[in-house]
Formats: sequence, structure tokens, C-alpha cells
Amino acid sequence: MSAVLRVQDLSVAFHTRGGVVRALDRVGFSLGAGETMALVGESGSGKSVTAYAIMGLLEAAGRVTGGQAWLGETDLLAADLSRIRGRRVAMIFQNPRAALNPIRAVGAQIADVLRRHGGASRFNAGARAIEALRAVGIPDPARRAKAYPFELSGGMCQRVMIAIAVAANPELLIADEPTTGLDVTTQAVVMDLIQAMAARTGMATILITHDLALAAERAQRIAVMHAGHVVEEADTATLLAQPRHPYTARLIAATPTAAGSLDDLQSVPGGLPDLRRDDTPPCRYAARCERRLASCDGALSVRALAPGHQVACTNPLEAAA
Amino acid sequence: MRAILLRLVGAIPTLFGVVLVTFLLTRVLPGDTATYFAGPTASPESIAQIRTSLGLDRPLPEQFWRYLVDLGHGDLGMSLTTGQPVKTELVNRLPASAELTLCGLLLAIGIAVPLGVLAAVRQGSLIDHACRVVATAGVSLPVFFTGLLLVYVFYFLLGWSPAPLGRLDAFASAPKQHTGFYLVDTLWAGDFETFRAAAAQIILPAGTLALFALAPIARITRASMLAVLGSEFIRTARASGLSGPTVVLTYALRNALLPVVTVLGMVFSFLLGANVLVEKVFAWPGIGSYAIEALIASDYAPVQGFVLTMAVLYVLLNLAIDLVNRAIDPRARRGA
Amino acid sequence: MSAAQTSTFAHARYVLGENPVTLIAALLFAGYAAMAVLGPAIAPYDPLASDTMRALQAPTWAHVFGTDQLGRDILSRVIVAARVDLGIALASVVLVFAAGGLAGLAAGFFGGWVDAVVGRIADTIMAFPLFVLAMGIVAALGNTIPNIVLATAIINFPLYARVARAETMTRREAGFVDAARLSGHRDGALLVLQVLPNIMPIMVVQMSLTMGYAILNAAGLSFIGLGVRPPTAEWGIMVAEGAGFIVSGEWWIALFPGATLMLAVFCFNLLGDGLRDIADPRRRT
Repeated sequence: MSAVLRVQDLSVAFHTRGGVVRALDRVGFSLGAGETMALVGESGSGKSVTAYAIMGLLEAAGRVTGGQAWLGETDLLAADLSRIRGRRVAMIFQNPRAALNPIRAVGAQIADVLRRHGGASRFNAGARAIEALRAVGIPDPARRAKAYPFELSGGMCQRVMIAIAVAANPELLIADEPTTGLDVTTQAVVMDLIQAMAARTGMATILITHDLALAAERAQRIAVMHAGHVVEEADTATLLAQPRHPYTARLIAATPTAAGSLDDLQSVPGGLPDLRRDDTPPCRYAARCERRLASCDGALSVRALAPGHQVACTNPLEAAA
Repeated sequence: MRAILLRLVGAIPTLFGVVLVTFLLTRVLPGDTATYFAGPTASPESIAQIRTSLGLDRPLPEQFWRYLVDLGHGDLGMSLTTGQPVKTELVNRLPASAELTLCGLLLAIGIAVPLGVLAAVRQGSLIDHACRVVATAGVSLPVFFTGLLLVYVFYFLLGWSPAPLGRLDAFASAPKQHTGFYLVDTLWAGDFETFRAAAAQIILPAGTLALFALAPIARITRASMLAVLGSEFIRTARASGLSGPTVVLTYALRNALLPVVTVLGMVFSFLLGANVLVEKVFAWPGIGSYAIEALIASDYAPVQGFVLTMAVLYVLLNLAIDLVNRAIDPRARRGA
Repeated sequence: MSAAQTSTFAHARYVLGENPVTLIAALLFAGYAAMAVLGPAIAPYDPLASDTMRALQAPTWAHVFGTDQLGRDILSRVIVAARVDLGIALASVVLVFAAGGLAGLAAGFFGGWVDAVVGRIADTIMAFPLFVLAMGIVAALGNTIPNIVLATAIINFPLYARVARAETMTRREAGFVDAARLSGHRDGALLVLQVLPNIMPIMVVQMSLTMGYAILNAAGLSFIGLGVRPPTAEWGIMVAEGAGFIVSGEWWIALFPGATLMLAVFCFNLLGDGLRDIADPRRRT
């Protein structure tokens, strides 16, 4: 299977007043055509930073300090991203209303992208924007095209965002918490729409979420992130049934399921470590970990436990029988 | 259209407040107004007579009503020194002041907005530091002093500018009046010679005003551009691969202009005041220097007329700013 | 309490260290304060003594800033004028600090009609171009220095009232006023004991920021012939007197008082920005 996206040893640091924050440390994963992979972790675990680093959208204080990111044959860390963003990789965000230009009609915002990437001319961009709105299931698209974001519901705005993102048929869509802040029924509709668009065009999807249940429901593969590390990566069924990293297991125990009762829920103890310190331990989960060994203070390596199942842990959980 | 009408109606209480304050200012004149109007040699009888004729013996509400009626007829009283109705003089001199203020403002916007945008786009660069120095230093400038400095440098030292004595030099004659703005009227008449003369006269005073107005505009443009550039929808625009100019101009600048337009109200308040000082420095025959001459001569009617005119102008300007805001911002247009 | 003070001092030291401009402004301020306090004692000549033999002399070692059209020493006049200019500005700022601060405090604390009245007054003042309103007030009340002070205070009133009101509202919503009321304090006591000390820092910053504007305003008024009158030494008047000589090249008469005035305003603006950073770290730019 040829990978659409290959990320290897990606490291990112932010230079702040308080010191250098090593936000990502040797992050790696890969993603096949048409595949949906979820990046799961607490807020601050580096999910979004990974996406921004790939898109070349890190804020000025952030620098990629090492590693590689390949989109097919293109080196994303070296390429002129202005020709790639929106055309081959697209992104949608949480809080869709704020992610749209508040004083530009939504049709015009879609038309801007179509003219830039989709080969639309000034004359037909408007009509094609209306088509794009129809394609994401917005009723009465000709009228809605003239609406401003503040006149549309959050769900509608997210549909507009999706229309903008898929305007140029990208190979990869990064959805950063696309349903956070939407009401529950709208969440399902938006996720259905993303998956339908992906199925139709064959694009791969990275779903960034803190919600393991959502990831379990929507993604074929899951990569769990903690404090700038990918601690475990596996196909969804394996990861849920046989978590090998202690953090993954904790995360699963902290996730409500339809079957379990609320009493069974456990929170993950402790917080994220201070990434500004030079003595950040090799395993950044060590301080929170109940399986910590003396050897955990040595170098941390990623082990392949089975094909497609990697874990970054010196003392992983036993595989369930 | 209805919204515009509503806004106009909404300005009425403000206008009423302005008129009331101006009226009160005329009634608290130091000493007895009638004695003052009668002059130093007047007898008690003539003072009483003047008091009656001015209506100063009536109760205040009635005086206010008469003041309003006079205003309704456009009557602002007579100037004691020139013997002319105040209204006539103000109307004759207003175009000179308006032309100067507008030139100053346009010049300031033309420099400050690009400066603020560049400073925000290249944060931390040389131009950013320049912008910050301009923003801090600019608000410290006493316009009457910078005006004099410009005169010294460009008239006395370099000899590039004509003498700072009004709107046209002695050899040129005023163009036929259409708008009262010499720069427009000369072009209207196709008289480029006079246009150049008028432009040469106005450039220093307008530049002085611009130097003064530059600072707040540049400061707010930079700050609001920075805020907008950090906002989520700009991230979307970048993630969609829109070109740099589209992101900065179509997406960021249009949004950043909203606070800039709002701040223009405050800038106008400063400019209309600074205008008075600049008119004095450059012997500009506008309403500001008219008011100063009257002030020195203790001729109060022109001063009150001037204050009222300026305040009404300012209310109207704020109204115009509101309408511009409405044109840029759909939320203001459609929102309740 | 003392821990909080220590941290404020530490923060102040940090800001001053980070921002040497504020330090320079503080030194400049000390210089101006000395000029205002010592005034005639450090002026090399009598600021009012004219000597027509020496009129219009360019700067020399004897007269560092030169002499004016009456042969008066400009340096001495510039020094002595500091007390007049800074005095007017300070008086007006203190006045508006008291009036505007109290009005805003009451508006924010009581709300209702008090708030409505204070808001109306502030809006009406703001409806005028401020310098023009000051001209009108001085023209009506009489051309005296106290009236200049009053006019300058009035045009700054809305600013102070608004800041005090907004700060008071924030404190009131923070809930500790309610807590104090529950424990039996009366409104007046609450205002003075609980709210006032809390809004002081931001109001002091406001004073520093408006000092510059007040100086500009007072000098502007005397430049057009209001308020201070010749032969009193005052920066605005001195610039006005020098204005006529600019076109014939005697630059020093207007330049030195003008530059002194400009630097004073600049100094207060920088100082205000620096104080704001110290009082309110969140608003650092």
C-alpha cells in the first residue's frame, strides 16, 4: 500500500519567553489512500501542532527541528506549500463560525478557493461555489451563498468549511476537532458528510480529536499522542481490544461507552509534564505511569509488536489472551 | 435605508445636547452680557434697553426657546468686530477649513494605513519599529510647533514652499467657486497654474495635520491587523492556500479596517481642534482663525457660532463613520 | 500584602529592565519635576528682565538658548515656564481625577439613573471636538488660568468616568463587594473601603497618560491667546511669540520652548505606557 502521507521523526519546538518548548518529539505515522486515521490525545498533547507543522502553518515562534513529512513524492517540509495547501492537503477546524471570514459572503469565500485552485474563472466561480454548497448538502444553496457566517448555524458553517476544503479535490483532509462545539446530532451529520466526501473522492483523512469514542467509531487506525509523543499506533479494533501502552489503557478506561456505566469511568491521573525543561524524561508519561521501571529513564524506542501496531513503551502491558 | 434614517434620528439627542451646552456657554459669559454688548460708555438706561432687546430679562427656558428659533432660521448673531452676521462669515470660511482638514486626513490615512499594515505583516522588522516610534512620538507633537518647524525648514532654509500666508499667494486669484475647495475648483476650471499655487500653499499645513493624525491611525491599524492576522479565519485562508495578497488585503485588511474606521471618530475630534492651531500658524483663512480673532477681541457670538458649527460637523462626521462601518461590516448592516 | 508588594516591585524592576525607554522617561520626568519645583532658583537670568541691547541674539555661551525680541533669556524663561505648564496640567488632571473618578465610581456602583446621568454628560462632552469645546468654555467663563484648568478637566471627564466605571463594574461583578455587603458594610463604606483602592492603580496610569494631553491642551490654548498672558513665561506663548520670527530665520525663540514642551509630552506618554505595563501586565504590547 503506497502511503499518501508519511511522517517520520517530526520534531517541533516553540521559542517562548519562558524557554524552548519541545512540543513534538520524533512523531511518526503513515496513512494510506482513502484511509481515515485518528490522532487522539488530551489537549496540549501535540495533535494540532502535528497538523500545523505538516501544513506549514506553525505560528512564528514554532520551528520544525527535525524529521520528515512526505505527501506522496513531495517533501512537505521543503516544498512551496502555497501550491499544496488547499490543493493537495486541506484542513477544517473546530469552531467553524470563527474559522470563516466574518465579513465575506460564504459563497465568495468558496469562490476564492475555486479560483485559486479549481481553475474557476471570475465568471463561473460563483456558480461553482453554489454547486459546492449543494454538494455538502446545504439547502437552497443559491440563497445561502450570499449569507455571512453569522447568519448560519454552526453546523452550516462547518459544511461551508468542508466545501472550501474539498473544493480542489485534495488527496488529504485534516479535520482538527471538526465536531467540537456542535450539538450531538449535528456532530454525526458533519462526520457522515466528511466520510461521504472522502469515500467519493478517495481522499485520506486525519481526524484530530480528544474523543476516543468518536475516533473508534470513525477511524480505521488510531494513533494516540501524549505530550508530543505518539505513544501507540494500531488499527482501531486492535488498539481498543489490546491496548499495550499504559496511557492508551487509561484513556480507554476514561472513555464512556454505551454499555458501561458512569461509575466505571476513571480519569487519567496527573497532568502533562513541563516541556520547557531540559531534563524532560525520555518517556514523557513516566511521571504519571503506574508501571514505571528503572529502565524507563533510559532511551525510549518505538517497538513494533505486530505489523501496524507500534508502541513507545519500555514496559508495555501484556497482550490479552 | 430605514437603518440609516434610524441612525439619523438617533443623532438628534446628541445634537440637542450640543445645542444646549452651546446655549449655556453663551449664558454664563463673564459679567453682564448686556453691559458688555452696550460697551464701556453706555448709560444704565441703554444697558437695560439692550437687555430687553436681547431678551436677557426673560426666564432661561424662554431664552433657550428663542435661541432654538434663531438657530432654526440660521441666525447665529452678529460679529461685533466685523459687523457681519456670524453665519455668513462661517459659511464663507468653512470650505477653507474643510479642505485643509480633509487633505490632512487623507494624507495621514494614505501613509498610516500602509505603514500599520506593513508593521503588522513584518512584525519585529525595521518598519515595525519605525511604526511604533511614529505612533508614540506622533501623539506628543504640539501641532503649532511642528507647523512652525516645517515652515522654518521648507520655507526659510530650503525655500521650497511659499510663505505661510493663506490659501494662495498674492499673485494668484481665487478660482471661480463651485465647491469652495481650491484644489477642486481650479481643476474644474482647468487652471493648472492656480492649482499648483494652491497645492503649494496647502501642502505644509496639511502635512502638519497629517503628522499629528498619523500616530493614532498607524497605531490602531497595526494593532488591529495583528489581531486579525492571528485570528482563526486567517488560518483558514492560509490553509486553503489563498495567495499572500488575497490573505492580507481581501481577508485581513478589510476586517482590520473596522476598528480603524471607528478610531477615525476620535482622530477627527483631535483634527478639528488641531486645525484651529494650524490655521493660526499658516494664516489660513478658515473658521478656526476667525474664531481666534474673535476670541482675542472678546467677540463672543462668532466663538459660540464656531463651537456650534464644529460640534454639528463632528456629529455629522460620526454619522458618516457609522455609515462607512455599515458598508464594510455586514453584521452592523443586518444586525439589530 | 507584603508579598504582593514585593512582587509588584519585582515586576516593576523587571519592566524597567526590559524597557529602558521607561527608565529614560522616568529620568526625564525627574528633570522636569526639578525645573517645576526649583524654577526661578536655577534660572540663570531673570525671566522677565528685558534688555533691548541684547534682543534677538542667537544662542551663545552666555545665553544658551538665545534671547527673544525683548532681550529676555530664553533658557531662563523655558525653565520658569515649567511650573506654569506642569502646574496647569497637574491641577486639571487632579481635578478630573477626583470628579471623573467619583462620577464613574458612582455610575458603576449604583447603576440605574446615576449611571444614565453620568453617561449622558460624558456623551454630550464627547460630542464636541474636545479642543474646540475647551476654547468655548474658556471664552465663556473668562480668559483666566483657573478656567483653563477647568476646561482641560472637563474635556478629560468622559475618559476618567468611563475607566472608573468599567473598573468598578468589573470589581462589583467579581463578587467580593457582595460579600462585604453581606457582612454588614454600608454602600458608602463599601465604595471607599472596597472599590476605591482596587481601581486606584488603573486610575493613576490614566493620570499619567492624560498629563501629556493636558499639557498639549493648555499650551495650545495659550498659543492662541487664551489663559496665560504675556509677559508670563509659558511654553505655548513663547512658541506663539517666536512664530513671527520663524519666517525671518530667528528659529531659537520658538524652537527651544517648543522642543521642551514636546519632550515633556513625550515623557509623560512614555511614562504612562510604562506604568500601564507595571500596573497591568496583561496589556503589555
